[in-house]
Amino acid sequence: MKQNKLRRTMLYIPGNNPNMIQNGGVYGADGIMLDLEDAVAISRKKDARILVRNMLQTMDFYGAEITVRINGLQTEFALLDMEAIVPCKPDALRIPKVETMGDIQTADQIISKIEKKHKIPQGTVKIHAMVETALGVENAFQIAQASPRVVVLTIGGQDLTADMGVKKTLNGQEIAYARQRIVMAAKAAKVAALDTIFADVDDEAGLIKETEMIKELGFDGKAVINPRQINLVHTVFTPKAAEIEKATRIVKAFKKAQKDGIGVFAIDGKMIDAPVVARAQRVLDLAGEKK
Amino acid sequence: MTKNAINIEIPKEIKGFGKLAPFKGAWKTIEALKNMSKTPAPIHAKTKDHQKLCKNIQTCLDKLDLKDGMTISFHHHFRGGDETVAPIIAELAKRGLKDLTLASSSLTSAHECIVPYLEKGIVTRIWTSGARGKLGKAISEGKLAHPAIFHSHGGRARAIETGKLKIDVAFIAASAADQEGNATGSFGASACGALGYAKMDAEYARQVVVLTDNLVDFPCLPQSISQHNVDYVVPVKRIGDPQKIAGDTTRITTNPMDLKIAELAAKAIDATGTIKENFSMQTGAGGASLAVAKYIKEIMQTREIKGSFVLGGITSTMVDLINQGFFRAAFDVQSFDAAVTGSLYSNPKHVEISATQYANPFNAGCMVNKLDVVILAALEIDTNFNVNVLVGSDGYIRGASGGHSDTSAGANLTVVVAPSIRGRIPIIKEKIACVVTPGSTVDLLVTERGICVNPARPDLIKKLKHSGLPIKNIQDLCQEVENICGKPKLPVFDDKIVALIEYRDGTILDVIKKIK
Repeated sequence: MKQNKLRRTMLYIPGNNPNMIQNGGVYGADGIMLDLEDAVAISRKKDARILVRNMLQTMDFYGAEITVRINGLQTEFALLDMEAIVPCKPDALRIPKVETMGDIQTADQIISKIEKKHKIPQGTVKIHAMVETALGVENAFQIAQASPRVVVLTIGGQDLTADMGVKKTLNGQEIAYARQRIVMAAKAAKVAALDTIFADVDDEAGLIKETEMIKELGFDGKAVINPRQINLVHTVFTPKAAEIEKATRIVKAFKKAQKDGIGVFAIDGKMIDAPVVARAQRVLDLAGEKK
Repeated sequence: MTKNAINIEIPKEIKGFGKLAPFKGAWKTIEALKNMSKTPAPIHAKTKDHQKLCKNIQTCLDKLDLKDGMTISFHHHFRGGDETVAPIIAELAKRGLKDLTLASSSLTSAHECIVPYLEKGIVTRIWTSGARGKLGKAISEGKLAHPAIFHSHGGRARAIETGKLKIDVAFIAASAADQEGNATGSFGASACGALGYAKMDAEYARQVVVLTDNLVDFPCLPQSISQHNVDYVVPVKRIGDPQKIAGDTTRITTNPMDLKIAELAAKAIDATGTIKENFSMQTGAGGASLAVAKYIKEIMQTREIKGSFVLGGITSTMVDLINQGFFRAAFDVQSFDAAVTGSLYSNPKHVEISATQYANPFNAGCMVNKLDVVILAALEIDTNFNVNVLVGSDGYIRGASGGHSDTSAGANLTVVVAPSIRGRIPIIKEKIACVVTPGSTVDLLVTERGICVNPARPDLIKKLKHSGLPIKNIQDLCQEVENICGKPKLPVFDDKIVALIEYRDGTILDVIKKIK
């Protein structure tokens, strides 16, 4: 399970912009997503596919998780995208507009075939399943557990509101249910949950507020469209000093208790059990501490 | 030919310029100075009834002692908005004057119109900090009769004070002046701020003319230029467009790459222990170098640190820092933003200084020597940390020396910030087009792909080693960038020298050759 990997930010980069791809890894996002779908005009799909393929083979992205958003499975480009990209072994493909378990299974089969053809170990290329329709939201759990390749379930706010026939608002009331549904499905399937983008890059306070909200909901991170948004999101997801200090004490005490054969113990008069230890460990992971 | 201290071949002599002293090291010439005197300032004695106020520029020129081969000077405080150089040279050309030396503290995009005067032999020599656009191209193509001299701001002050640069007529554009020539740039419709470079010219030029579009009642206060040095005062329609001094480059950038570099630079500066009570700082205007101020301010805020002073080309960002109490003073030789003129006029903590006080290496207390840290930009940097801020990767002159080598020598910590790749061209190279600032005075290079520490600073290497910052060997970073971009084809030059790059102490750092 890749759930413990930090995915606080996933930076969108248009697949037809060599300058932005070239610099994609330098901004410190936990992941970068090279986009062959919405950011690329129909007439430029081939160029972008070739560019992304070549960049994946040559560029150093300084340890960021690399995903490529291919075109929707129902389009003529999806198969061409996968045939070009899977052999480059990105960490994952982001499959857009996933609506059913069947969509994931189809993608899984195609990826498996390409991996086999190129002698890549089966399961190397993971899937980030992007849910951005009402049907997709309702099928979220089935989607998340449709294949062991799925490591991330993510919500696409712009397309979802379009599908719902409503306007995307600043407070996001219209996608509140979808967000909660996605988080719950992701948690149930034990995959990561990533939130949609925040479109106004100049509204730093708005981004911080939304990030705090989605963090409380249980999301592991958020897609970002401008490198300037990375640090703001990371700051929200980075535990404060007091949280780190408490988590450190819990994990230390847990290790000692384990050694002493004690199952449940108390710190500051509060009972500490396995879920509390797991949460503390997650705090340390987010803070960049070693386990 | 002789090799200077950075292994660059320098001619021993240039016809029409005389013998050249090769660069010996950042402080070697200064250390060897003995019993040298400043050049005497000219006497401007006038009888009590002398009328300084002229009807227009023509009547003023009628009164001046003008001759072929003379040196005329200007200041570049209006940068891209200058409207003084072009009409004056046009008027001198109309009078049949030729073989002029143009000594402007710098030349900008506003001065492309003087190219025809180079071609006609009206302007045959240029002393400047920089040149851009068609003028830079014309010099690079060898259209100036004699090699241009590119100096630093401190170097120009030194050249004037030592008599190496003798000015026959200084034309000083001021946004307010009285009929005696007391003048300032700090108020008026064309306010451009400090007149730090012009102060030198006023002091040492044989004849001094103040041009103003805002003649005020005597006495004009404050007095950046004082009446005792001024021969004539000329009212003109407009001296320049202050809106074109800097455009939008003096506010913190929103460019993510610049911000990333700036953030790394601030962290590196902090890791060296420089950001502490009473420290002083200078940043460039615009881009990553100015953006460093934003992150340094955040560090100061968190640790409740108060700095001593900010220096240099002063921007709105620097004025905000003194107004918010982060620094106690701003010393301003050149205002990089028309918006700061109000502050210069009314805030006693915002102090106008001359170019000699700013950066002249041949005096006892130039401000750059008091700098704890300077953050500078670069067009190119080589693996010995030598920096080019003057010649583009295509071989054409398109930049300015400015205060780069002055501050780099003076500051305790010199940080060069630049993207590792600019328009598909690597900025870190084995060999750069020319050297304006010697690598021995540069301590850190900060790019988005890593930070390089000059091996000459083992103390910094030690401090940054465990900082968690991406520290890289400069050769490795050069290779890493070259792996992405490939090795760019270098411009081809012929043997003709079109410009000399003078170090701040008057020695020659490098030459620029004619582009083929």
